[in-house]
Amino acid sequence: MNARPDFLLTVENLTVSFDGFKAVNGLSFYVEPNECRVIIGPNGAGKTTVLDLICGRTRATDGKVEFKGQDLLKMREDQIVHAGVGRKFQTPTVYEDLTVFENLEISYPKGHGVFGALMFRRDDPVKERIHEIASVVFLDDLLDMKAAFLSHGQKQWLEIGMLLIQDPELLMLDEPVAGMSVAERKQTAELLNRIIQDRSVIVIEHDMKFVEDIATRVTVLHQGKVLSEGSMAHVQADPKVIEVYLGH
Amino acid sequence: MFAKDNKLFSTGDIVGFVVLAVLIFIVLPAGLDTFRLNLFGKYLTYAFVAIGLVLCWGAGGILSLGQGVFFGLGGYCMAMFLKLEASTPEATKIQSTPGIPDFMDWNQITALPMWWEPFNSLTFSLIAVVLVPVIFAFIIGVAMFRRRVGGVYFAIITQAIAAIMTILIIGQQGYTGGVNGITDLRTLLGWDIRTDEAKVILYFVNAVLLFVCLFVAQFIRKSKLGRILIAMRDQEDRVRFSGYDVANFKIFVFCAGAAFAAIGGAMFTLQVGFMSPSFVGIVPSIEMVIFCAVGGRLSILGAVYGALLVNLAKTTFSEMFPELWLLGLGALFIAVVLAFPNGLAGLYKDYVEPRLMALFKKKADDGGGRNFDSIKAPAE
Repeated sequence: MNARPDFLLTVENLTVSFDGFKAVNGLSFYVEPNECRVIIGPNGAGKTTVLDLICGRTRATDGKVEFKGQDLLKMREDQIVHAGVGRKFQTPTVYEDLTVFENLEISYPKGHGVFGALMFRRDDPVKERIHEIASVVFLDDLLDMKAAFLSHGQKQWLEIGMLLIQDPELLMLDEPVAGMSVAERKQTAELLNRIIQDRSVIVIEHDMKFVEDIATRVTVLHQGKVLSEGSMAHVQADPKVIEVYLGH
Repeated sequence: MFAKDNKLFSTGDIVGFVVLAVLIFIVLPAGLDTFRLNLFGKYLTYAFVAIGLVLCWGAGGILSLGQGVFFGLGGYCMAMFLKLEASTPEATKIQSTPGIPDFMDWNQITALPMWWEPFNSLTFSLIAVVLVPVIFAFIIGVAMFRRRVGGVYFAIITQAIAAIMTILIIGQQGYTGGVNGITDLRTLLGWDIRTDEAKVILYFVNAVLLFVCLFVAQFIRKSKLGRILIAMRDQEDRVRFSGYDVANFKIFVFCAGAAFAAIGGAMFTLQVGFMSPSFVGIVPSIEMVIFCAVGGRLSILGAVYGALLVNLAKTTFSEMFPELWLLGLGALFIAVVLAFPNGLAGLYKDYVEPRLMALFKKKADDGGGRNFDSIKAPAE
């Protein structure tokens, strides 16, 4: 398996072992520019762990993760972010004690060093960009509200907004519509459909209707390995997938 | 709905700073005799430490139980200069080796150790007051935060460092003055620091430095770095995945806290006239955390009041009930943490300030003369 240079992300033979248990075992997949890849699989298949490995939160035991020719396995989390990989966590992770505006401001890609942060000025381009992103994620009326007072769905949107403001080339979303009301779910699907243009996205999701709407390709994980890969129609027709996952 | 510009001082902050300035620069000097004023000056040196703790612990979530180390290092650097100045060959001619500090002579040391030499220079000593503790804090910070040691483990390690530092100072009696510390300090460039007049002047120098530190702390808190500290305290992982190297920010704020503590330590030495390991170890370090907790760990001004009040109580009650005082202090700490985790500043913000604001509003409405409508609750 040779990595083709036109892949944005190359994952090869990725393995991580927690005290002998291989949560991800010899996993390989490739993400092209502008592709929306959805990862599905039963609980414990290693979906979230794969994202953790790509963004540097968990260190791989073996294998290769290459993003635009850079070896992500050798980089720190913040360096991976600067390389252009954004990550949304499964549970909404926002800064509860800060306002929506301040949450977005911290994510604004400027002043990331200690002294840069000390001297950071809230100038007009920063404010405009924050307002722009806030309106994309339906929060432009709540900029001065503390994030702690947002609803669950609004926190999810805020975190998506915090990623968008970084403008990553590869966006990784872990169950972005989990725990949302029907109305919020619909709104989020529209939001995601809009933001997955012009960038590559890896999404973990269980909602099959939603997956069908957005996926370019689907990877089915099972016990840390790729069980099947291809279009939604392809994986849905795959007997192995029906056996372990979709059939139940 | 454009978010407000982030001003360095909100109206509430200005009121708070002015009230504290009036208290420290006018009320205390006017109302106290020199002895008491000097005592308050000593209390205020602990306020430096408490301000640093507000940044580290309150904002950044880094609880250091070893701030006494930095307070002590700053104090010792100052004391070494003063001691050398007090140890002229004329003043020490009864020693077997004149011209070296008396405790060295008592410990059969016959020449000034090399690393004491630079402390003959005031400039070097003043730089060392800040730089030595900051470099030490930097080394601890790099060792701990790069390895992602945090929370209670960090607290325990800093406490161990405080204990080690005390043992080291006491053990190396000939070089450090041992358990007695460096005592009998007299003059600063020929200016006698023991006179009443000098004590008043030193009190004001201390007060000015305290406000410089308060301004620096305010600037840090109001910068984006201040908000990153809060974000880090609550969601460290998210900050990492927003593209920040979290360790650098922790190292920075830990070093800033050390620098504040060190300035306080140096001013302590100047005002009290000696420095000893009893201000370095575990007990004083924990007391410093209590000053910060009682005053309010989220408020730099609260920390100053906390340092003043707890020390005042300590002086008063430890005279009356010497045995019970430590228990009382411990109980106070537990009570504060349980009942009002944001300390006096939290109580002020929750109960006093809204009423004051309502009062001002009412007056402004009645009289119509002065307009207090612009007064809003401060962000802190």
